[in-house]
Amino acid sequence: MNKTKGSIVGINGNMISVAFDGNIIQNEVGYAITGEDRLKSEVIKIQGNIAFMQVFEITKGLKIGDKVEFTGEMLSVQLGPGILGMVYDGLQNPLNELAELHGFFLKRGVILDALDFNKKWEFTPTAKKGDIVTGGSILGHVSEGIFEHKIFVPFDYQGNFTVKSIVEKDSYKVDHVIATIENDKGDQLELMMYFDWPVKIPITNYREKMVPKEPLVTQTRIIDTFFPVARGGTYCIPGPFGAGKTVLQQVTSRFAEADIVIIAACGERAGEVVETLREFPEITDPRTGKSLMERTIIICNTSSMPVAAREASVYTAATLGEYYRQMGLNVLLLADSTSRWAQAMRELSGRLEEIPGEEAFPAYLESRIAQFYERAGLVELNDGNMGSLTIGGTVSPAGGNFEEPVTQSTLKVVGAFHGLSRDRSNARRYPAIHPLESWSKYKSFNQPKLIDDARKILFKGNEVHQMMLVVGEEGTSIEDYIIYLKSEFLDSVYLQQNSFDSVDGATSPERQKYAFKYVHDVLMTEFSLKEKNEARNFFNKMRQLFIDWNYIDMKDEEFNKQEAIITKLIEENSSDAEGI
Amino acid sequence: MQKVYNKILSVTGNVITVRASDVAYEELAEVTTQRGKSLAQVIKLENDIVSLQVFAGSQGIATNDEIRFLGNPMRVTFSDNMLGRIFNGSGVPRDRGPALTENMIEIAGPSVNPAKRIIPRNMIRTNIPMIDLFNSLVVSQKLPIFSVSGEPYNELLARIALQAEVDMIVLGGIGLKYDQYMYFKNTLEEGGALSRSIFFVHTASDPIVEGLMVPDLCLAVAERFALKGKNILVLLTDMTNFADALKEIAITMEQVPSNRGYPGDLYSQLAARYEKAVDFDTAGSVTILAATTMPGDDVTHPVPDNTGYITEGQFYLRNGRIEPFGSLSRLKQQVNDKTRDDHRAIMDGMIQLYAQYNETEEKRAMGFRMSEWDKKLLKYGKLFESNMMDLSVNIALEDALDLGWKILAECFTPEETRMKTDLVKKFWPKEAA
Repeated sequence: MNKTKGSIVGINGNMISVAFDGNIIQNEVGYAITGEDRLKSEVIKIQGNIAFMQVFEITKGLKIGDKVEFTGEMLSVQLGPGILGMVYDGLQNPLNELAELHGFFLKRGVILDALDFNKKWEFTPTAKKGDIVTGGSILGHVSEGIFEHKIFVPFDYQGNFTVKSIVEKDSYKVDHVIATIENDKGDQLELMMYFDWPVKIPITNYREKMVPKEPLVTQTRIIDTFFPVARGGTYCIPGPFGAGKTVLQQVTSRFAEADIVIIAACGERAGEVVETLREFPEITDPRTGKSLMERTIIICNTSSMPVAAREASVYTAATLGEYYRQMGLNVLLLADSTSRWAQAMRELSGRLEEIPGEEAFPAYLESRIAQFYERAGLVELNDGNMGSLTIGGTVSPAGGNFEEPVTQSTLKVVGAFHGLSRDRSNARRYPAIHPLESWSKYKSFNQPKLIDDARKILFKGNEVHQMMLVVGEEGTSIEDYIIYLKSEFLDSVYLQQNSFDSVDGATSPERQKYAFKYVHDVLMTEFSLKEKNEARNFFNKMRQLFIDWNYIDMKDEEFNKQEAIITKLIEENSSDAEGI
Repeated sequence: MQKVYNKILSVTGNVITVRASDVAYEELAEVTTQRGKSLAQVIKLENDIVSLQVFAGSQGIATNDEIRFLGNPMRVTFSDNMLGRIFNGSGVPRDRGPALTENMIEIAGPSVNPAKRIIPRNMIRTNIPMIDLFNSLVVSQKLPIFSVSGEPYNELLARIALQAEVDMIVLGGIGLKYDQYMYFKNTLEEGGALSRSIFFVHTASDPIVEGLMVPDLCLAVAERFALKGKNILVLLTDMTNFADALKEIAITMEQVPSNRGYPGDLYSQLAARYEKAVDFDTAGSVTILAATTMPGDDVTHPVPDNTGYITEGQFYLRNGRIEPFGSLSRLKQQVNDKTRDDHRAIMDGMIQLYAQYNETEEKRAMGFRMSEWDKKLLKYGKLFESNMMDLSVNIALEDALDLGWKILAECFTPEETRMKTDLVKKFWPKEAA
């Protein structure tokens, strides 16, 4: 296909209008050329012979008449071995490699390969000559860290192909031809270990999409027990600023029991990414014994980086997630924050002079959000294995008001809602997930009956608390007061969790089951407390002991000792002679 | 080659259009009117129609006034000679010193590669307990001070400027009242800090567009000094004026407003400035403190709201005190484990108790009978407010921690404070135990 050329006729912020000659594709990539710099851009609207393009770089210095070269390709990412552990910008430019070449600043117009083309990978073929293959068929694998990285026939190959030749087991570079295949017309195609895939097109080379059912353990108690996330499911974390969205995401990225975690830092602070960037290589993943970075991919398009690339970054992340899902892995994608992505759409929509919807967001906001979350899912692959992509997105609602368009559009499509509350974060009750307003459609590994009981106590406790604010403590009966103290107890020792503590920061499912059963028993116990001061003192002491207990490793011998102390205290105050 | 045009097609607000060719996006031009010369910047190109925002405003512009394109974007001088100097929003000296034109650098340069940033690790001590103890300021942090007009935010900024352990101060005034400008100048002069300061001041009486450049000027200069190994504190006051100037231009350009008239890219615009805060791997650092006034004390107003999502925390200034609720330094965890064992425990414990005091105070105001516990909380709250929160308290962090234990011991038993047992053993004042 002949490459189309054009020239700039208008510049408005990061949008240029380009008069072109020939044919172009919607979402095609083009390069605006200014001096030495080639600025990557994407076609987002075509009108007559004018293409409206968003530029993924600062447009400073561009002039009317500057040339634009179209590529004939949609905005794509490179898929192949060597993605794990990488830090990319929204367009899959490797940031560490950029830093080596260009120092402190993100130089404009520099585009590097996402994969290392010099590194050799030991390839083990599993397909053989004469096999019939199609898009998504597995040709062999290389080992990438702890994973078996499958090498596929590119996903967009349609129809059947015959393998004419495939290389022996040996080490090859990613652009080495490893197989030749032939279609029924007799055309031969050469395959390498990598290929490009357009980010805005979901990868659907699987047999069936299933309903998510297995929990994805995050090791955060309030999530796993009360508002669980499922493998292949979706969830969102809306919250005002300062409520701890990002800390919660960081904790999840660290402790979640997923094979691969993709962190998409979309339009947020650079500093937060840096923490992950610098700390993850140092942290050992207890499940694999390897550095956490080996299972992590960071897509980082922070708030001061060009807005258009921010819009692309969530798609880049989703595509990489789908790619690894094709290998039968469980992938968790954490997008922080989807509001910034929505704002990027809004900026662009404004420049295109589209008729604005609510709060000037474009009318297609809702469908775009739905499309994004729909890329998650538990799938049965063509080889019978299961793979999953779970998507968790934070939302930063303007003014902390959940009634705004992005939060509302997101709530319609996700399976769990972890609403963060300013009141809880002000009171330093972390994680600040609101226990009464949040919900999840997925199943916890804890028993539903116990959860239900606990939730009732929380509701009642809240009622009593509200009432006490009106009638005062003296107007409250001792029974009600104890319910209130019980709900506070549940909150302090189970819902709240100190994410900075090495033990309390992550609670295994085993420990959660154990501790939750124990807490449940306390909640169900009738206490022989006659007077409010006595009750408050008792629960203060209990809480203290229990929090200390939370800080003790379950394997430590102190664990049982501390438990015995708590049990004794309960027995002394229980109206049931048997105790618990 | 400089291109000169003298046919202005339209004048709308502070934006003029002219037919011209070979003009670059964001290029500067000089507009000569009968009132004098002003800079203008290209903000939109459409075929051969060029839109420019005129820094000095459009008052008195004649359709045949001369526009000369300079062939470069906005730049500012950069040298050690800038220390102690005061410039306006166009980068021109407003003190009586000589003009500086050597070593011009571009402003609003590319952003720092996140891979070259490092985790902030150094605390900036200010000797204000509400900052040092409860929300430590950290090198490379960007932090706004949210307050209502009339609160002493400029006084607080000036005090931090004087007491903070940094190499240099860059002050950016946007729509600064003249007396506040003089206040900064005099305070820093008396404190002996003026010689390590650079001012870019746009006062309330200057044309509004000129204020738009101030943050970029300050940050470009600060960034360069940081690359030379200096630790810089940038003070911006007041960023709400900056946002309002953005709004004015956006409306003039007929952009669809998103929220209360502010442009849809307000977040990105603010972020582009705040994200200049950085700790360079092998060089110095830029820390940003910015006053942001909240119209109507409304934190959900677009300016403080967007700012809060960008910055690493915020200080709320209310009734002349830094409010413990809502105020947050997101980076404090990076440093407050290296100060003293009890720092975090005191920080969390005292705030939780103060939250309970507030509830009790509400009950008391409604006339409920106070329990024993309530009475303890009331006593605690009063002590906390007078001995910790008051902005006049000027003590080192360690003294503030000791003071914290003392206040706790005066009011409570150790269990009531929820402190970990081992800390109680170590720090609980002996005479009270």
